[in-house]
Formats: sequence, C-alpha cells, structure tokens
Amino acid sequence: MTAPEDRPARIHALIAAELRGADGSGDRLRQLCRFAVRELPASGAGVSLITDAGTQGMAAASDPTSEVVEELQFTLGEGPCIDAHASRRPVLIPDLAEDALTRWPAYVPAAREQGVQAVFAFPLQIGAARLGTLDVYRDEVGALSGEALDQALTCAEVALMILLDEQDRAGPERMGAVAESALGHRVELYQAQGMVQVQLGVSAAEAMVRLRAHAYANGHRLGDVARDVVTRRLSFERDTP
Amino acid sequence: MTTVPVARLAEVFVEVADTLVDEFDLVEFLQTLTVRTAELTAATATGLLFADHEGRLQFMAASDERAKMLDLFQVQADEGPCRDCYRNGVPVVSTDLRAAQERWPRFAPRALRAGVRSVHAFPMRLRQEVIGSLGMFGADPGTLEPVDVQLVQALADVATIGLLQERAIHRGEVLTEQLQSALNSRIVIEQAKGVIAQTYGTTVDTAFEMIRTYCRRNHLRLSQVTREIVTDPSAIPDLTPPPGHPG
Repeated sequence: MTAPEDRPARIHALIAAELRGADGSGDRLRQLCRFAVRELPASGAGVSLITDAGTQGMAAASDPTSEVVEELQFTLGEGPCIDAHASRRPVLIPDLAEDALTRWPAYVPAAREQGVQAVFAFPLQIGAARLGTLDVYRDEVGALSGEALDQALTCAEVALMILLDEQDRAGPERMGAVAESALGHRVELYQAQGMVQVQLGVSAAEAMVRLRAHAYANGHRLGDVARDVVTRRLSFERDTP
Repeated sequence: MTTVPVARLAEVFVEVADTLVDEFDLVEFLQTLTVRTAELTAATATGLLFADHEGRLQFMAASDERAKMLDLFQVQADEGPCRDCYRNGVPVVSTDLRAAQERWPRFAPRALRAGVRSVHAFPMRLRQEVIGSLGMFGADPGTLEPVDVQLVQALADVATIGLLQERAIHRGEVLTEQLQSALNSRIVIEQAKGVIAQTYGTTVDTAFEMIRTYCRRNHLRLSQVTREIVTDPSAIPDLTPPPGHPG
C-alpha cells in the first residue's frame, strides 16, 4: 500500500487491536462501538440488526445510554436507523431539531431526552444483502467532518464483517477477517455471491458467509475462491454437512 | 479520432438531460453516458470509476461489461491512467500504451493483451474535489484533439451532475451518501449477474445481457430489477438467453 492509503489501513489495524481479546461477536461489536466513540466526535454508538426476514433489535452499544437510544427506534417503530436501512443509504442528521421532529415525531423527543442532539446512521449492507445499521450519536449539534464520515463508514464495514463472521457459526473466531474490507473486493466476489446464493438456495448474506468460511477453512484468499466460483471450477452444494 | 458533429453532440446532451428528469436510475444513467461517450469518440470502451470513502477507485459503470474490460477498469484501483488522473486531478490523454510499460507495469501489458492501444482518463470534479475518473480505451494509438478533450471532460462533468442529481447537494456529507448508495447499487448488479448465470447456466457476461434485454423490453429500471433478482431469486423474471450463448 502506498502512503496516501495508509489511513484506512491504520483504522483497520486500530480496530483489530481494539478487538483483540474480545470474546464473541457481541463483545466485538461493543468494542467497535467504543472505538467509534473514541475516534469520532461522538458521544455514543450502537449497532442494530435488521434483516429482511424481519428480525430487529439492538446488537451492541458503546454504553448504557446508547443502548437505551438504540432500542428506542424499535420501541417506537421509527428513527434514522430504520430509515437508513429502508433507503439503503446513510441518514445523517446533524441537528435533531424541527425538521427531524416532523420526520420522527416520537423518536426525536425521546432521543433528545437521552441527551442526543445529532444522529448518523449507516446501513450495513453488501449490495442487496442487508444486516442492520451502525448508529453514531452526538450530544451536541453538528455535522461530521468528511474525514469523520470516512472513518464511520470504515467502522460500518468492520461491523458488517463481524456480523458475517457471526453467522458463520461453524467457523472459529478470526481476527484476520477484521482487517479486510467489504468494498475493496472486485466484482467477481459479488458475482460469486449471487451464484452461491442459487447453488445453496440461501440468502445473499448467507452466501457471503459461506464463501468467506470456505476461503478461511481452506486457507485461500477470498478473491481466489470467488474467481473459482465464477469460472465454475468450484461449486457449493446443498445439504452438505 | 474525428471531431464529433455538433448535431450529434446536441442529441446526446438532450438525451442525457431527458434521463435526468424523472424515473431516474443512477446506474443506468451512468451506463448510458459511458456508451454515448464511447460512440462519440469511437473508443473501444469507456468506464467510470468512483472513489469510495477510503479513497479507493471502485468500478461503477462501463460501455462494455465483458469480463476482460471490467478487469481493465478494476485493476486501476491499484495502477493505471484512471488512478493517476484521480490522484492528480488532471486528465491523462493520448497515452500510447506501448510507451507506458514502465509507467504502468501491471496495467499496460494487460490492456495491450485485451487489444487496447491508447488510454485517456478524465477527472470527475466537484468544486475542489475529485470524486472519480472516466477512462477511455482505444484500439489505435490515436490522440485526442483538444476539442475532443473538452467534450469528454464535459461528459465526465455530466456524470458528476448525475451523481448529485437525486438530491440537491448542500454539504460534503450528501456526496458521501450518494457515493455510498451508488457503489452499493453497482454491487447489486454484480450479485444479480451471478444469480442469473447460475440459474441459466450462462457466463456472467451473458447474464448481464439477459438482464438488460429484459429491462429494455419491459421498460424496467436496471437497479430495481437486479435488486428483485437478488432479494428473491425464486421470483426471477422469465429471462431469455440470447441465441448461441456460451452457456
């Protein structure tokens, strides 16, 4: 990697160091939220799971207050994280003021009561596969700088990786996976994901889990596994134990 | 390369302006733009790369989606004219690849093998920022006339406008939002190619042609159809493989 690209590598390394010793995905997500709070101008952070199958709920938060805030949107059925998930794009609210109140009449007063003044919600997704959101809270009004936004997006990528690893229940914990980045992959990975989805009759998210598990179990690079799938040298079969 | 007739140029900009109005589909818009750019300039292929939040160039759209061309766009995340253009914020024009083997030791040989002889790259500019690059590949070691350089730069700027079109841009963060959403839509297309290739036993290249034909025939948008394909493969529309496809 050349010098100007050291920043993402540094963030990944910092997060990997942070997660070392974390036990289980819940713990790792909590550590990631704490990392986000420390590195970003933020007062809290949380990760929520929202799947297309309808599962919803908080997965982790940096602190007890953020836990409460994270849960609010599920209790009230509205909020930036639900909108970020639905619209498949970040929802950035630097000021939970009048405009936001019109948009989320129940959520805004409740979040402000917990001291939240700004919310930034990032979808955890790879193409059509969606797993949830990373939410960053501030106790004062103000936008995130460009650099902070970039950092938050990197944190969202890592949260996505942790969730994918967690779905791979058969696989052991692996820190190496944290250092890799979702969008750094080439189109073959996503093409392979679609193919494996059909081969196994599973969701797109599950297909990515299986690809990653296969790469890890065989000590291959994910990109090489993907290329083998696309060129039909490798095929996944249903109902293999 | 010949200079483009004014009438043809006007047609293209009118078409682009039309696409920008309603029922706007960013990926489709960008793809149309790359196809028109290739037609106007007689390029073998043109493509758009956007920088993600970590400053890496990601493939976004191309006039030719065959795997070998996608590879040439993708390799520029590491090296190549688009990357240089993105880094320096200025066009890279009229480079004969045979004379650029040292400059791009990985990109140049691959491109030559794919039948590319000349490359050009234009920055996608937004105020002081460069957000991506438009790359052009030609089969001849041809040069671009100054007027053509202006034309292609204008088309690259239109691509930027397209990215910003969905919502007015007030702050830098809106751009981040748009880029994220655009790159994710692109991933959905690749996933859908895989689903169709597996379902019909075709190559991913053929799968893409099948999806596009289906969209055109039924006046549906690429982003919407590809998302449906990936979200619910059991409801895959009845696509027709082209005759004699390399299945």
